[in-house]
Amino acid sequence: MNVALSTPVADTARPKLEVQKLDAWFGNVHAVKDISLGVDARSVLAIIGPSGCGKSTFVRCLNRMHELTPGARSEGRVLLDGEDVYAVDPVYLRRRVGMVFQRPNVFPTMSIRDNVVAGLRLNRVRADYEAIVERTLTQTALWDEVKDRLDASAIALSGGQQQRLCIARALAVEPEVLLMDEPASALDPIATAKIEELIDELKQQYTIVIVTHNMQQAIRISDKTAFFYMGVLIEHGTTQQLFTRPERRETEDYVTGKFG
Amino acid sequence: MASGADTPRHAHLGDRAFAAGITLLGGAVLLVVGIIVVACARLSAPAFAKLGFFRFLTGSDWNPVEDSFGALPFIYGTLVTSAIAIVVAMPVAIGLALFLTEMSPSRVRRFVSFFVEILAAIPSVVFGLWGLMVLVPILRDVVEPALQHRLGFLPLFQGAPMGIGFLPAGIVLAIMILPTIASVTIEVLRTMPAALREGALALGATRWEAIGAVVLPYARRGIMGAVILGLARALGETMAVTMLIGNQPEIHGSLFAAGYSLPSVIANEFAEASGAVHTGALAGLALVLFGVTLMLSASARLLVRLSARRLVAA
Ligand SMILES: Nc1ncnc2c1ncn2[C@@H]1O[C@H](COP(=O)(O)OP(=O)(O)O)[C@@H](O)[C@H]1O
Ligand SMILES: [Mg+2]
Repeated sequence: MNVALSTPVADTARPKLEVQKLDAWFGNVHAVKDISLGVDARSVLAIIGPSGCGKSTFVRCLNRMHELTPGARSEGRVLLDGEDVYAVDPVYLRRRVGMVFQRPNVFPTMSIRDNVVAGLRLNRVRADYEAIVERTLTQTALWDEVKDRLDASAIALSGGQQQRLCIARALAVEPEVLLMDEPASALDPIATAKIEELIDELKQQYTIVIVTHNMQQAIRISDKTAFFYMGVLIEHGTTQQLFTRPERRETEDYVTGKFG
Repeated sequence: MASGADTPRHAHLGDRAFAAGITLLGGAVLLVVGIIVVACARLSAPAFAKLGFFRFLTGSDWNPVEDSFGALPFIYGTLVTSAIAIVVAMPVAIGLALFLTEMSPSRVRRFVSFFVEILAAIPSVVFGLWGLMVLVPILRDVVEPALQHRLGFLPLFQGAPMGIGFLPAGIVLAIMILPTIASVTIEVLRTMPAALREGALALGATRWEAIGAVVLPYARRGIMGAVILGLARALGETMAVTMLIGNQPEIHGSLFAAGYSLPSVIANEFAEASGAVHTGALAGLALVLFGVTLMLSASARLLVRLSARRLVAA
């Protein structure tokens, strides 16, 4: 690390999220192998790689969702602002590290409004819920589309709207890191474009780790990219460098579409 | 995808024969049910003619010697014992189902599921015997006096603790319907998309909070269906109740008192019924019982189906 650069603003010198020698298993399946990387605050890291290479497992280790799967375990360290996430209460951790899933998973028994504030209610946060609903739905470009039917059931929304609602729901608890596991893979191109636009805005405020199988998407939205293959981190660098001048043969083959 | 209209009909002769056979069987089942209802109705005609349907339903005197027949004590006994059964079984069964689907390690789960299945397989006469030999003495000597001591000011817990009566019948019913409610609830919870639970957990919910905020609201209707299926079973259960309820056609506010139930009186008196009116009154009770359980089962299925439909929408 460049010491001269880091001195004036010591806080930004340390990555927001630091993964050290992370291994993860499902029973005997070794899904994530000895991965180390850092994610800077207010940047977007894209994780790419063929399906089954451990991308989801990796991000699920970052907010300790991985350990909820029966038979799953992990080793290694994940540091959030230098603090080992495996040493804190996972419930508290998950408020600081939000997650958006591949398929929109709005709560079907709740209204749009209740979906947004579900995390606040669950954590018994007292706040101006109305203001938060408006702010997060505006952030996710959903406010104008739903402001007249906030009490309608969330499942009445389209897939793209549901996914943006899920993002609003994640933002409402004000996490510092946002994990997104192929958030646009179930969406049409227009909805996808909206989500990408949104991510671009969110990175002013949040640290984002996004899994994507769409390389164009990674190029459009990310600052850094990590290429995973069979559970191993093959290459990690700035997005531009990784796509234009990959150092590893496997990366080149993958980004040029020779396999995957 | 080829639509059904494009496919030549003769190509599926086997399918069509199968469908016809199934339809026929289904029709036969309906027919049998219809025959039973008609037979009961015809059998009960003399009683209704003599007493009037309304007086029969609301009468509380049951005296075959004087041809005086009122259904109320039996309806009451059936409802009270079933209510006890539901109040006791529902929280336990739902808690068990939640524990088995949400919390427990798989070894525990297999063991407890096996135990619940065994419970469902025990013949009801064995439950009745167990009730008489184990439960009744405990209730009479320990539980009922204690309840009376603490809560004796409530009409529910007044009168001499006899052991036999509404309470043991209701408790044994609770044990008998527990597997029904638990297993249907487990089915309902299993169909719950894992993504919803994960959504709550990812927001910082504990497991219990996720259950309260997402799992239970989602499964609510299905669980209600499970409870109603259990209730239907409780309403119709004959043997164990007959052995434990005391078989007195009386209406008492106290759970310690003896009573009677619809299926019990039919089973006890039908074989030696004295004359057409007595037989008719018993057949009338059968119709009442059938009507109640039919309505409950139908609404249970509807609820379960509605909750399954919501699942598809999600
Ligand atoms: N619940 C699970 N149980 C067992 N193995 C799993 C489970 N989930 C994923 N795996 C395995 O772990 C590996 C990585 O999966 P995943 O992280 O989902 O890959 P990706 O998100 O890159 O497609 C795969 O080999 C997959 O089969
Ligand atoms: Mg994945």
